[in-house]
Amino acid sequence: MTLKTQVLIIGGGATGTGLARDLSLRGINCMLVEKQDINAGASGGNHGLLHSGARYIASDPASAKECREEGSILKRLAPQCVEDTGGLFVAVKGDNENYIADFPDRCSRCGISCVAVDPKEALVLEPSLSPDIIAAYAVEDASIDPFMLSLDNLAQACELGASQLLHHQVVGFEKRGGKIEAVRLMDRRRDEEVRIFTDQVVNACGAWAGEVAAMAGVRINMVYSQGTLVISRMRIGERVINRLRKAADADILVPAGTVSIFGTTSRRIDAPDNYRPTTDEIDAMIDDGMAMIPKLADTRYIRAYAGVRPLVKSGNDDDDRAVSRGFSLMDHQADGLDNFITITGGKLTTYRLMAEKTADLVCRRMGITQACRTAHEHLPASHAAQYTEPGFTPKLWFKKNDPSDLLLCECEMVSTAVFNEIAESLCENGHRPGLLEMGQRSRVGKGPCQGSFCSLRMTAHMYNKGMLKNGEGIAELKDFLNERWRGIQPLLWGSAVSQAELQEALHCGLLNLDVEESA
Amino acid sequence: MGLQVKKNNISCDLMIIGAGMAGVAAAIFAARNGIDTVQAGLTGETLYASGLFDLYGVSHSPTRELIDDPWQGLRQLKKKNPEHPFSLLSIDQIRTAMDGLTKFMEDVGQPYKGYPDKNARLITSVGTIKRTYRVPETLWEGVKALEKKEPCLIVDIQGLRGFSAIQMVESLSHSWPCLAAATINLSWDNRLGPKYAEHIARGLESESARMEMADAIRPHLGDAKTLGLPAVLGIQDPLGVCRDMEKKLGLPVFEIPTMPPAVAGVRLKEAFDIHLPRLGIQTFFHHTVHTVRHQKDERFFLEVGRTAPEITVSADVVLLATGRFLGKGLISDRKGIREALLDLPVSQPDHRRYWHRESFLDPKGHAINLAGLEVDDSFRPITARGLPACPNLYAAGSILAYQDWIRTKSGTGLAVATAYGAIEAIKRTGK
Repeated sequence: MTLKTQVLIIGGGATGTGLARDLSLRGINCMLVEKQDINAGASGGNHGLLHSGARYIASDPASAKECREEGSILKRLAPQCVEDTGGLFVAVKGDNENYIADFPDRCSRCGISCVAVDPKEALVLEPSLSPDIIAAYAVEDASIDPFMLSLDNLAQACELGASQLLHHQVVGFEKRGGKIEAVRLMDRRRDEEVRIFTDQVVNACGAWAGEVAAMAGVRINMVYSQGTLVISRMRIGERVINRLRKAADADILVPAGTVSIFGTTSRRIDAPDNYRPTTDEIDAMIDDGMAMIPKLADTRYIRAYAGVRPLVKSGNDDDDRAVSRGFSLMDHQADGLDNFITITGGKLTTYRLMAEKTADLVCRRMGITQACRTAHEHLPASHAAQYTEPGFTPKLWFKKNDPSDLLLCECEMVSTAVFNEIAESLCENGHRPGLLEMGQRSRVGKGPCQGSFCSLRMTAHMYNKGMLKNGEGIAELKDFLNERWRGIQPLLWGSAVSQAELQEALHCGLLNLDVEESA
Repeated sequence: MGLQVKKNNISCDLMIIGAGMAGVAAAIFAARNGIDTVQAGLTGETLYASGLFDLYGVSHSPTRELIDDPWQGLRQLKKKNPEHPFSLLSIDQIRTAMDGLTKFMEDVGQPYKGYPDKNARLITSVGTIKRTYRVPETLWEGVKALEKKEPCLIVDIQGLRGFSAIQMVESLSHSWPCLAAATINLSWDNRLGPKYAEHIARGLESESARMEMADAIRPHLGDAKTLGLPAVLGIQDPLGVCRDMEKKLGLPVFEIPTMPPAVAGVRLKEAFDIHLPRLGIQTFFHHTVHTVRHQKDERFFLEVGRTAPEITVSADVVLLATGRFLGKGLISDRKGIREALLDLPVSQPDHRRYWHRESFLDPKGHAINLAGLEVDDSFRPITARGLPACPNLYAAGSILAYQDWIRTKSGTGLAVATAYGAIEAIKRTGK
């Protein structure tokens, strides 16, 4: 198959989807390709924290200021994705007192609001804090739903004429005369090759940017840092709680709807695909975090996940258009390619700015003078993203009060009608609906049963609707269960071990999914 | 006997803690030997039982070979893995134990069937093939139909989630071509909304419901020589319901297990709840043992109750059949695994990082499943020095170490055989 577009965006994370929207708003035709699903990389593997900037005041004041500005833009223009919780920085006995003392000044130098809170008062505001805290400051942190954000960006881009190809992996570039003429992709679901002719190519692959650039003959020196996070079964605290110390592991607890997210770690890994949360990281994180929030020790966690921070080693990073140390915008003209740009690094909070700067560069290359509109216009809430919100599908189901709309996921109350709607919208965009895609676009598999039962109900339903054929359902189940397991396995202790035992008795003991045997 | 008033203080020869498959089997064997027995435990987990009597379906060795003849497989296992609980028993003992359980099920009106020296194969609701040793007789025609690849109709029921006839047909038809699928509505229960296997099964105990169901199925039969239905054919007398459907439709009918909680578990639970007391066992189901004390006179003193201690039991001998994590016989935290009641030593991996593999479905299985109690030749839990923790304390079932009942498809066999071994050992002491 052969396709054509003005700008090809490689990577369906926050930056790629944000760029698709930015370009579309400027009237530029673009196509987004992604080798997995939306936010499969670091855009989905982070805290969901909209930084006030206070975390970076010492290490990276430029980033701190960017965070402050971008945070306030997103609160204003994408309120559906943001829970404006506010945040606290707290220090416990033994934390560096100079850092604590310098904190308010450093914040004010970056223009970041920071209000001292009496530790006793902080304990009233956040009773889960340790009684041993010695200092507290209120800042303007917030919680953001990264998946809703990317879906909303992509939805508007598509409405304006952009297109998307998920599960399409770049396998090669066709170059002629200092330009990329076409990009070759593999449709991983259909095992077919697709060629896309394009004027401009943007590599927005995050941690995979180096691998993709290498296929075009461009070298980017990247290092990969894995960050691991855990989700608690219940929400702990009302605000974002940060440890008031030089940025380290196990520093931040972010509330997200009915749950909280605790993290992170920083662990070097060899290749961007080799990330997974480990038992040792989680033990170390809990042991450390207990000093700030004692109940982290006996909280029940439902899922662990990891993301890979794309860090660009300096040296190849002397491009003067790289706005700050926070992200890297690379024009590969210097590498002999006139229409190839890489944008990587950065943070979720600054994704919009990254997209804006990238789109500016694309426009300059194309001789287009349209200005960026994303800093002033609202991000419309899309239909596609609404089901990721905890508690939304139960409300919908009770309100509808239609007993024939059977629940497929009983823990999170995702019904057949919701499933069908998501499946249809995936089909409309040329995708094949699957269990993992459903898990991304709804709360399916995120409840206490962790997919043990709903996976079986969904697979049966998919066969009844003709979405699965032959033995595809068995492969679908295995992939879903193994993928869910990545997030469960390092958290197996206490009652979670019993749940895992039940799951294994069902899927392996009765259904024999661990054994290959034909009829 | 069922009406006898339960005293607050009871004295007995044997106290069985646990009411899963191992505890129940031990109670049956104890009753047959005339041992004065009290049993306490939760039967709730039985609701999740598959109802299939696995013995040994996949080899314990890392190669995980499929086992055709379980007895030959067990002989190999005994040679290669002397630490496996099966290796503490002779083949004859294991066979006697399995036959003993099968006989009990027959006596209570739920007959089982299987080949003497061969595993049976049946289809599952996701279209995979599962090996087991004995199946409820209501599943037997399905074993035969799969063997002969006979023309077969699979029927599902509107509203019964997680059970799709099309799924089974699509998944199996490349090797079993004459399979067909159909969906029926339940005319006697035409409310919208989900249908539950247990409700349907209780409904089908009435003749008129069976008549209506047969009428709904008949137009779909086509060339089918046999008919597969979700396991919903009654609770008390499934074989009677099955035979009646066969008579009404004029072809062999078989059940296919549904996802739990399924009727297979309800049938077992009801059989145990009703029939164990009739064997003379004093049962305290839905009760747990709160404390166990080993007294100076070597007798055990136990406090038993629902939420708080209600009854005290003094016993010569205790048999632990408390199961693994789901049964609450073992408990864990971030630091390790413990035995829940007596804090007996648990054989386990050095660190939590070794408990589970990175892939859930890795055929090699998870190391945590080999953790458990080490026992001596008489099924007495031993300490690190290899000596019995108590001379009159025994253990049986899935709490035992060095076995992986899930991956080797040996759950019932292991529970029943080790229960038999423990009761035989208790008998030998003459207590």
